[in-house]
Amino acid sequence: MDTGSLHHDNSLDSPSAVRLLETMLVIRRAEARLAKTVKEVGLPGPLHISIGQEAIAAGACLELSDRDWITSTHRGHGHFLAKGGDIKEMFAEIWGKESGICRGMGGSMHVADFAKGIMGANGIVGGGLAIATGAGYAAKLDGDGKVAVCFFGDGAANQGVFMESMNMASIWSLPVIFICENNEIAEFTRSAEVTAGTLCERAAVFMPATQCDGNDVIAVHDAVRVALERARSGQGPSFIEAKTYRIHGHVESEGLFIDVTRYRAAEEIEAWAAADRDPIERFLVHIFERSILTREQVTGMEEEIDKRIDEAIAFAEGGADADVDLVYQLLSADKKVMEVAR
Amino acid sequence: MTRKRYTQAINEALIEEMERNPKMIVIGEDVEIDMFGDLATLRERFGPDRVRNTPICEASLAGLAVGAAAAGYHVVLHLMFANFIYTAYDAIANQMARLRLMTGGQIKLPITVLTVYGAGGSQGAQHSDCPHPALMNLGGVDVVLPAAPADAKGLLKTALRSDTPTFFFEAAGLGGSSGEVPDDEYLIPFGEVNVVEEGTDVTLISIGSMMKPAKAAVKLLKSQGVSVHFVDVRTVAPLDEAGILKAVARTGRVVIVDEARERASAASEISALVAERGWHTLKAPVRRATVPNVAMPYAPAAEAAVMPSGQSISALVSSILAEKVVAA
Repeated sequence: MDTGSLHHDNSLDSPSAVRLLETMLVIRRAEARLAKTVKEVGLPGPLHISIGQEAIAAGACLELSDRDWITSTHRGHGHFLAKGGDIKEMFAEIWGKESGICRGMGGSMHVADFAKGIMGANGIVGGGLAIATGAGYAAKLDGDGKVAVCFFGDGAANQGVFMESMNMASIWSLPVIFICENNEIAEFTRSAEVTAGTLCERAAVFMPATQCDGNDVIAVHDAVRVALERARSGQGPSFIEAKTYRIHGHVESEGLFIDVTRYRAAEEIEAWAAADRDPIERFLVHIFERSILTREQVTGMEEEIDKRIDEAIAFAEGGADADVDLVYQLLSADKKVMEVAR
Repeated sequence: MTRKRYTQAINEALIEEMERNPKMIVIGEDVEIDMFGDLATLRERFGPDRVRNTPICEASLAGLAVGAAAAGYHVVLHLMFANFIYTAYDAIANQMARLRLMTGGQIKLPITVLTVYGAGGSQGAQHSDCPHPALMNLGGVDVVLPAAPADAKGLLKTALRSDTPTFFFEAAGLGGSSGEVPDDEYLIPFGEVNVVEEGTDVTLISIGSMMKPAKAAVKLLKSQGVSVHFVDVRTVAPLDEAGILKAVARTGRVVIVDEARERASAASEISALVAERGWHTLKAPVRRATVPNVAMPYAPAAEAAVMPSGQSISALVSSILAEKVVAA
């Protein structure tokens, strides 16, 4: 796997490069603030932070439009933001507010915005695999070039639905892109210890399968672009294994209930967080080498993003609490069928 | 009115609603070949894009239905035998029944799950179950168990126009039964019991497949001079609470017949409802006629022994008729 600075002869134009950088910075800085907030003042539920994995969400979503679908994981903030989800509505959701994107009914693990094609983060490992396949089934029937991109982790690749969904996508040539974010650790278990063979070998039975450096945003973008061409032109699904690493824990509060040194060493985290492996630092080398932006411009971008995050926190904190009555109103789409609450 | 078979009525509802809604698709294992009669001619009429065999992978099929429904289709998923609901249960319980609430009501999930349930044909313990109580407990899904052909058609048409995932249970033991079905178009709303027969001595509440033994019990009781107020629940989620309480108040005595296992059955839920809110109308203890807490055996005699029968139901009725009247 490549590490260090990026050396690509690709056609990524400067505006696209700026967008990729901005998306990664938004995810990084938003999640850092979430992690800080949960530590300092607390938030209602568990938080699964994707810091270190931003290049996959950003690179995969760059070419998608609102009408394309994505499904996400319990570690879903990055996918939500990269696909165009609103940061204020996401924060309000995590704060459990009526103004949240899911009106406070979903929380961090279920952020979704169907109008933007975001079918939602999911608390069931592998839960998005079949849903994305179903969205791909619908897209194929619609026949208008939509695609469904399914983000999932190395842990989900050991669920039976992984094989089942890839099988269906393959036999029906569905426009689905399966992107496995292999961060090496399934919750607190090393994936290598619980996974037979390689994921690409598994997927290659069903569809073209490639591995890419998931901390290289251009490599992710390139791999997804090839898969998108296939999907949009009716040639069927693709599998991409994006190798990456989770800098934060499985869940922010894990230090309270486990000895975190038992599943990985601090040196391993440090090595992946270093500038030669960090997806943002590596992309900045590319940005500066090609004079796409100056250091000052990047600092300006970071300040602007932090302002947006401040606003999102203010929006979330100032919002009304979730409407308890919604629990009774929303479960069923048909008014008639809700039994009267006693 | 025309006399029609149960499966024929179901088939007619599917044809009519698929003609009405071009975005309605039928998927599932062996749906093209039509194992039960309910899917007859669908493949020929509507073609491969709308009627398609799937691999045998229930766990993913339920999730696939969620994705396709969220993306704009009415998905009719045929899960063949109701025991296969257990195989599909993750996506049913964690996705199908939850997604609308979790997303703050952003989506509708027009999904109709068809499935054949119940014992009586020596299908053994993995093809005879009645999992409707587990689905009642989920919330977020409707659960329909028609007994009469006319109800099957009218309730299925409602399901096929609903934006809430609906489980439509086809009683294996009633597939060949027939009854009068209206010729003109009609829909039957969910959450309304049907009073099959008016009576004054005891209320008998039947759920789905239990129509057959319940009818036999009514006949037996009649011959003994007992007047039975006979009610078919038709849908267990939503449950017609007012209709049930009214039917119980009519006689003050009730037996509920359910093919589910006794523990946490639909009959148990109805019993709790009557105990909590119909207590003042009761003259005798509530009784349930169900399958005991066992797996369904294969041998015909063993199978018959654990199923509620006309005899066992009427015996239960007699037992509460003998109870002393308590102060009302």
